[in-house]
Amino acid sequence: MTSAAAESNDLLSLYQDVILDHGKRPRNARTVDAATCSASGNNPLCGDRVTVTARISSENQIEDVAALAKGCAISVASASLMTEVLKGQSVDAARRMFKAVQDLCTGQRQPDEAKADVGPALTAGVDRLAALSGVQQFPARVKCATLPWHVLISCIEGTDRATTETGSNA
Amino acid sequence: MTGTAVKLDAINGRFDALAFKRDFPILAKLVHGKPLTYLDSAASAQKPKAVIDAMTFAYENEYANVHRGAYYLSEKATSNYEAARETVRKFVNAAHAEEIVFTKGATEALNLVAASYGRSVLQPGDEVVLTELEHHSNIVPWQLICEATGAELRVIPVSADGSVSLDSIQSTIGVRTKIVAVAHVSNVLGTILPVEQIVELAHAVGAKVVIDGCQGVVHEAVDVQALGCDFYAFSGHKLYGPNGIGVLWARRELLDAMPPYQGGGEMIATVKFAKSTWAEPPAKFEAGTPPIVPAIGLAAAIDYLSRIDRAALIEHERDLLGYAMDRLVTVPGVKLIGTAQRKASVQSFVMDGAHPHDLATVLDRSGVAVRAGHHCAQPLMTALGVTATSRASFALYNTREDVDVLVAALHKAREILL
Ligand SMILES: Cc1ncc(COP(=O)(O)O)c(C=O)c1O
Repeated sequence: MTSAAAESNDLLSLYQDVILDHGKRPRNARTVDAATCSASGNNPLCGDRVTVTARISSENQIEDVAALAKGCAISVASASLMTEVLKGQSVDAARRMFKAVQDLCTGQRQPDEAKADVGPALTAGVDRLAALSGVQQFPARVKCATLPWHVLISCIEGTDRATTETGSNA
Repeated sequence: MTGTAVKLDAINGRFDALAFKRDFPILAKLVHGKPLTYLDSAASAQKPKAVIDAMTFAYENEYANVHRGAYYLSEKATSNYEAARETVRKFVNAAHAEEIVFTKGATEALNLVAASYGRSVLQPGDEVVLTELEHHSNIVPWQLICEATGAELRVIPVSADGSVSLDSIQSTIGVRTKIVAVAHVSNVLGTILPVEQIVELAHAVGAKVVIDGCQGVVHEAVDVQALGCDFYAFSGHKLYGPNGIGVLWARRELLDAMPPYQGGGEMIATVKFAKSTWAEPPAKFEAGTPPIVPAIGLAAAIDYLSRIDRAALIEHERDLLGYAMDRLVTVPGVKLIGTAQRKASVQSFVMDGAHPHDLATVLDRSGVAVRAGHHCAQPLMTALGVTATSRASFALYNTREDVDVLVAALHKAREILL
C-alpha cells in the first residue's frame, strides 16, 4: 500500500459514516427528565464540553441517559453512541463498557478481544462502539473519544465533574 | 555567518522565501510521507540552522555559569550573554541595555510586570484596561493582581471584523485607568492594534502601557522609543529563536522603582537576615541562573533576521496573507475570522460543518500543520461567537505554494468530513 493510500485509510477509518452521522446528528442530545444524576466535563486544552444526565433506578438500571456535547465530530459522535448503547443497561455494564472503550481507543484491545472482555450480553454494544477504534492511529484524538465516557462515569459515580486533564480545574 | 541574507530573486526582484526555507532544517522533513507545510509559526516558529549552530557552539566551546566565575569560560559565557542583551536592545531600539530583562518567555515577562509594577501601584478602585482579544497570558496575570489589590479590569471590545476601534478604546480608558495592557498584534486574528494611539490616550490619563509584543515583534519592525509605550514583552521562540527565553523591555526609571519579582541569586546586592538589598536592573529581575544559551540563541535569531531586508519581509508576509485570504474563501463553506484593515500574516477561519479539530487532523495527513482551538484566547472566542477556529500563520519561509497546498487539503477535508 502506498503511504498516500494508508493515510487515506487511516482517515477513512477515523471518519467512518457512523461517526460522521452521529457527529452531525447526535442522538439523545437533550437532558433527561427527572434525572437522578448529572455531570459536566471538558477538555481544557481544546474546549470540548460534554454534559451527561441520567435517570438510574433503585435497581441500578440506566432507565434513560442523554448527553449534550459541544466539540469535534469524534467527541459528539462518541457521546451520541454512548447514550444509545447504555440506555437500558445496568450501571455495572456501563463501567465495563467504559473500560472497553478505553481499550479500543488506545489500541490495547481489538474489537473481538473487547467483546470477550465484556461478556455476551454486551457484545452488540461493543460492535457499535468499535466505530471509535479509528482513533488508535491518532493519539492526539483519543481524548475526544473518551471524554463523554469520563463524564458518564462521573455522573453515575456522583463525582459531578470530569476532565481529561488531571489536576486541571475544569 | 557571513554574507547577506537578503535573498531577493534575481530575476523578478521578489523575496525568495524558498531560499530561506533551506535555512531551516526541519522544513525539509516529511510528515506522513508528505513535505511539511508548516503554517503554525504564530504558536512557535521553526529555527534556522544559524540559531541551532550558535547554541551548539556555545555548549561545546563557551559554556559555564554567568556572572560568577573568575575564569575564562565563565567570563566568555558572561560576555556572550551580555552581548545578547545588547543585540536585543538594538533590535527593539531601547535606549539602554539595562532596560532589557531576560525572562523565560513572554508569559513570565507579563507576570513580572503585573506582580511587580502592578502590585506596587494599584489601589482599590483603580482600573486595568485590556482588550477582548488578549492571549490568556495578558489576562490572567492582571486578574490575579486585581484580586490582590482591589483594582478592576475593564475590557475594550473588539469589532466583528476583529479590529479595535479608537472610539471603543477612548470610551474604556478613563481617569481611574492606571495600566493599559494590550497585544501589539492578535495571535488569533492578526489584527494590528493602534498601539501609538493607545499610548497617547493612556498617557493622557497618566496610565502606563504594557504591550504584549509576542506577535508584534515578529511581524512589525519594533522601535520601543517610537512606540512610546512603557513595557514591551515577547518570547524568543516565535521570533525564530529557541524556547525558554523571553524579553521584557521597560523604561529604566520604571525598573529602578519596581520591587523585585523573584528572589534568589543574581538579583541581590547584599543578603543579611535582617534585610537584603537588590542589585540594579536588569539583574534585579533575573533571579537565579538565567537562560544563558537560549539568550545566545535569541541573539543569533535576531542576527539572522537583521541580515534580511525587513521591509521586504513584511511585504512578503502581506503578500502571503492577501493571497491566503483570497484563496481560502474559494473553498465552499470557509469563512474568514479576522478581516481588519491592518493585519499581520495570521488568519483564522472556520468551515461549515467541520469542527476545527477534525479539520486539523485531516490537514495533518496532508503534511499541513495548522492550529485548531481557542488559541489561548477564550474571551475572544466568546466575543466572536465561536468555540474554536483553525488558524494558519505565515512566516518568512512560507510561500504561495504553501497556501495552495493548504487550499487543496481543505478541499480534500470536505470530501472526508462532509
Ligand atoms: C499574543 C501572545 N501573547 C502571549 C503569548 C504567550 O507566549 P509564551 O507562551 O511564549 O510565554 C503568545 C503565545 O502563545 C501570544 O501569541
